[in-house]
Amino acid sequence: MSREEIVTAVKDIIASIAPDEDLSELALDVKLREQIELDSMDFLDIVMELRKRYGVQVPEADYPRLATLAGCVEYLEPKLAGREPQPAGRL
Amino acid sequence: MRCDVLVIGAGMSGLAAAIRLAQFGRSVLLAERHTLWGGLNSFYKLAGRRFDTGLHALTNYAAPGSRRSPLVRVLRQLGIDQGELRLGEQGHSEIAFRAGGETVRLRFANGPELLRSEVARLFPSELAGLDALIAALPPYSAVDRLSQDAPSARAILERHLREPLLREMLLEPLAFYGGSREGDLDGCDFAVLFRSIYLEGFARPAGGIKTLLDLLVRRLRAAGGELRTGCGVRRLRVEAGAVRGAVLDDGRELECDLVLSCAGAPETLRLVDPAERPASASLARVGALSFLESISVLDREPAALGLDATMTFFNDSPRFEYARPREAVDTRSGVVCAPNNYASAEPLPEGLVRLTVLADPARWKALPEEAYRAEKETAADRALASAARFIPDIRPHTVFRDVFTPRTIEQFTGRIDGAVYGSPDKSRDGRTALAGLYLIGTDQGLVGVVGALVSGVAMADRHALLARSEAR
Repeated sequence: MSREEIVTAVKDIIASIAPDEDLSELALDVKLREQIELDSMDFLDIVMELRKRYGVQVPEADYPRLATLAGCVEYLEPKLAGREPQPAGRL
Repeated sequence: MRCDVLVIGAGMSGLAAAIRLAQFGRSVLLAERHTLWGGLNSFYKLAGRRFDTGLHALTNYAAPGSRRSPLVRVLRQLGIDQGELRLGEQGHSEIAFRAGGETVRLRFANGPELLRSEVARLFPSELAGLDALIAALPPYSAVDRLSQDAPSARAILERHLREPLLREMLLEPLAFYGGSREGDLDGCDFAVLFRSIYLEGFARPAGGIKTLLDLLVRRLRAAGGELRTGCGVRRLRVEAGAVRGAVLDDGRELECDLVLSCAGAPETLRLVDPAERPASASLARVGALSFLESISVLDREPAALGLDATMTFFNDSPRFEYARPREAVDTRSGVVCAPNNYASAEPLPEGLVRLTVLADPARWKALPEEAYRAEKETAADRALASAARFIPDIRPHTVFRDVFTPRTIEQFTGRIDGAVYGSPDKSRDGRTALAGLYLIGTDQGLVGVVGALVSGVAMADRHALLARSEAR
């Protein structure tokens, strides 16, 4: 997956968890939790969803690396090399 | 036979855990001893009618889209569309106490507004205290971080409210809807129940609990999970303090090193041979609290008799006592539910009134069969006569009645003594003295339909899905 595709994939996941948030203006370098309302349980859902859709396993120690969209891209790019984006499908 | 995870009991938490695990590709067997699923929240057929078991409704009502709500979140986590539940909200409920020769009635509805205006009307000086109490409640996400010795419900109420009658009145619905201890509620339970009842509120799926159960079972099958009914777990196999497998009721052996159980803490540990239990594995106490419930079918809608509250919590003195009765039933207090008074897309075919009162399991279990059947009717009559001091008398309009007792609950759910809210000893992180064996549902500390679903998902995530991914 390309970097743009990873951003879209992460936004898709966030949209499924926080359908009431407007994600069109999300900045890459600002913490997600400063831009939209996400609590620790939402964050855990994002981790679970990454795993369900892409088989990516994020150990708890690495959670801070997913704090921003840019961080997500850095962290996920090597893990998602060669993968195709997965549509949200039915949750 | 082998599977990744064995889930004991197809109660709400067992179904939720099994769905979550199957969704994430685990092979999961959900073993239920009863022929029907749902556990404490199920249904049965009698004389051509279908009745729900369990307490009347869902708590934690929230409109679709309010994603901070446990209900909305857990349905999303389970892949269930809230619209399919067709939830109908309560009209209003009432807490009715006898005090100083009169009946004081405090109404509440979904959301805190009616409760606040009723407190302002009846106890004007206490509104600020109520608001402070609400503001001080921890959010759901922080409740499990409260320490075990956090203040009890009565201590929290006393901190904010000076009027003893108001404290007792606010406590009664919370105790009846989730109190596993005599006398008082644990602070965690209080915070969860207060939010789920007074700040969120009651709703009922159109068609009753079966609507939710059908959705859950369909999700489980679609995700590839296996539900086996009429086949419980006879014994858990343990080696060196860790679960290794199970023997099912049909004699089949199962290899499995991860087990989630919603059967209850003492009930689950009893599946382990005493010789194989680690020294640290003391049996959790059996809960002391159980109930007798009557379901009366009426010749008209409850509202036609003047019963317009959805739920009525009554108590015939200023002090509410929540304890195992010293006789068969304690009719001084009780909960009346009129399910017709939920807004519904699918009106009930007949008028129904349910009445729940505290009962002593030991007395009900000791009665010989004939005396048991007679005593059920006598106790239900006494309870209905007591309730008739607070609601219109439904007895002259009753065309059919069924009564169940702690004995019935034990028979169909396996809960020792019919202790529907489980042991007073909760395992908030789900752990037991055995590696690989975790509790979900009531004895993990979350009660009610929504609480149980949340528990199943949270424990599956924590002990089966996230833990494994970190180990790899």
